Amino acid sequence: MTANLNAEGRSTERYLRQDRLPHIWCSGCGIGIALDAFLRAIDRADIDPDKLSVVSGIGCSGRAAGYVKLDSFHTTHGRAIPFATGLLLGNPELNVVVFSGDGDLIAIGGNHLIHAARRNIDMTVICVNNFNYGMTGGQVGPTAPLDARTTTTPYGNFEPPFNLPYLASASGASYVARWTVLHARELERSMAEAMTKPGFSFIEVISPCPVVYGRMNKEPKGLDSMHYYQERSVIRDGTDPKEANIELNGPILVGKFVDIQRPTLWDNLRHVSNKAREKVRAQAKV
Amino acid sequence: MNGDLACAEAAISAGCRFFAGYPITPASETAERMSIRLPQVGGVYIQMEDEFASMNAVLGASWAGVKAMTATSGPGFSLMMENIGLGVMLETPCVVVNIQRAGPSTGLPTMVGQGDMMQARWGSHGSYEIIALAPSSPQDIFDLTILAFNLSEKYRVPVLVMSDEVVGHMSEKVTMPRVAPEDLIHRPRPHLGPEEYLPYKANADLVPPMAVAGEGYHFHVTGLTHDERGYPVMTAEAQDRLVRRLADKIRFNKHDIIRYKEFQVEDADIVVCAYGISVRIAQLAVRMARDEGIRAGLLQLITVWPFPEERIRELSLQAKAFIVPEINYGQIVLEVERCAGGRAKAILVPHMGGSVHSPQTILEAIREAEL
Repeated sequence: MTANLNAEGRSTERYLRQDRLPHIWCSGCGIGIALDAFLRAIDRADIDPDKLSVVSGIGCSGRAAGYVKLDSFHTTHGRAIPFATGLLLGNPELNVVVFSGDGDLIAIGGNHLIHAARRNIDMTVICVNNFNYGMTGGQVGPTAPLDARTTTTPYGNFEPPFNLPYLASASGASYVARWTVLHARELERSMAEAMTKPGFSFIEVISPCPVVYGRMNKEPKGLDSMHYYQERSVIRDGTDPKEANIELNGPILVGKFVDIQRPTLWDNLRHVSNKAREKVRAQAKV
Repeated sequence: MNGDLACAEAAISAGCRFFAGYPITPASETAERMSIRLPQVGGVYIQMEDEFASMNAVLGASWAGVKAMTATSGPGFSLMMENIGLGVMLETPCVVVNIQRAGPSTGLPTMVGQGDMMQARWGSHGSYEIIALAPSSPQDIFDLTILAFNLSEKYRVPVLVMSDEVVGHMSEKVTMPRVAPEDLIHRPRPHLGPEEYLPYKANADLVPPMAVAGEGYHFHVTGLTHDERGYPVMTAEAQDRLVRRLADKIRFNKHDIIRYKEFQVEDADIVVCAYGISVRIAQLAVRMARDEGIRAGLLQLITVWPFPEERIRELSLQAKAFIVPEINYGQIVLEVERCAGGRAKAILVPHMGGSVHSPQTILEAIREAEL
């Protein structure tokens, strides 16, 4: 991965653990681009890197935490969000970003995702969706479109997928966006917005997985696979996330779908803490 | 005050400022008490969506620099196992309280059991060492919860407080001494700057100093096998170095960790070895046996893991039998048998759960062993 320059022409290399490169991602995979967009977004949003933590679960995208020169946590499968919840509640000054994949965040970790959105905890979740379990060899995931072929759906997927922006938004997320990896500038902008936005932000990044999912579904190879996703996408900011379902070879709605204000978990928690302390003070007077 | 509440008050005294949990009988009272107390002292209580989340939130809070705990019972303890393993691997100080009920599965949710003792030792996958303490009274759970926080901070390991439903729900007088700052142990902290600091380079006691999130160290931690930098290394050599150290930091320091109490063992032919609520009944059985002229004594296990092997070995040279009453079908008795090495018999007095032993059943086992 070559680190790109950010808007001010500064390299993102200083946010990478150079001594851990090369990374494990396959050629043609989009996770590195998503990670680079995130690193550029740190500067764009003017986030203090000392106060920024990255938490990942398990899987290809889950390896992101291992490459960033930030406080970074590579946790167990599906559990990045509750780990990040503990970090944030332990120290509200932290800016916490969960960077992981669709299998990790939506299947095994799906319950944590919807509850974190419901709480509106001040966290950004970057979910790289490559429609399958890449690291374990391309098995079907809860995001694989109906009829998609994977190593465990050899006759085509017989389960409908989750629509992730709809799921996040219905669960209470304050900010929801989706882009493909070739929308690198839009991704960077969305990530910067998400990191500075109070409350729960969810960004879905559509990435090709050319080595397993792409091959099984006869998608173009290498850079062409990225173009294939970009060309299928239709930018429609503000669209109802309900409309954002992805069908095999169908159009992919992208854009910023949700950007609303709701009290965050900390807003509500501070209110409760104040009440508890007032009660203690009142009792002390009696 | 009952044991569950004493546990919560002890945690506050120990400086715990974060609790994440999920409602479960018979541990919910600890959570409820923490939900009252933590906001009063500037801490955070949160009810998570399940025990996976609870355990991970506890680990996350600890990495934010806060003393953190959870409390649960059998079914929840099972769900926490995966991430107790993560806590071991990342070397994360935290306390997990298990108010044991009778299993397997949903079992007897409101009634006592001691069936999770081996799960406490071996429940997460892989090879590791853990610390587990067993309180026998509400006072004990107060004292041992503070000890649990101290040991977890000192050795950077999750410490399990293996209580049970009867200890959790019984009300007795609890003396809550003012805990002075010098009574509390804090995790070792880095003395080097971010450029030199290696997150898993251990001190002489095999415990590495711990930086926490937000201090500018930009450290990496992972559940993968890792080197001193915290970087994943997928080799047998790295595995050997790491797994040995994780176990040895407990094994080599066991003299500092292990605690037990003895009653009338000096001249005992028969040693009752008990833990948790069973200690209380065993005390009575030993007294009854002494009244009959049997030289019986009691060894109360306070630290169950690491197991007090050496003391059992010593006593096996003097006693002819160990009587082990357990509210399960034989767990700790296997450890006693191993350490007794055939020099003394290890006799299980099992109880499948739902109530405690009667002193009579333990007394009968003592009498039989004496013959």
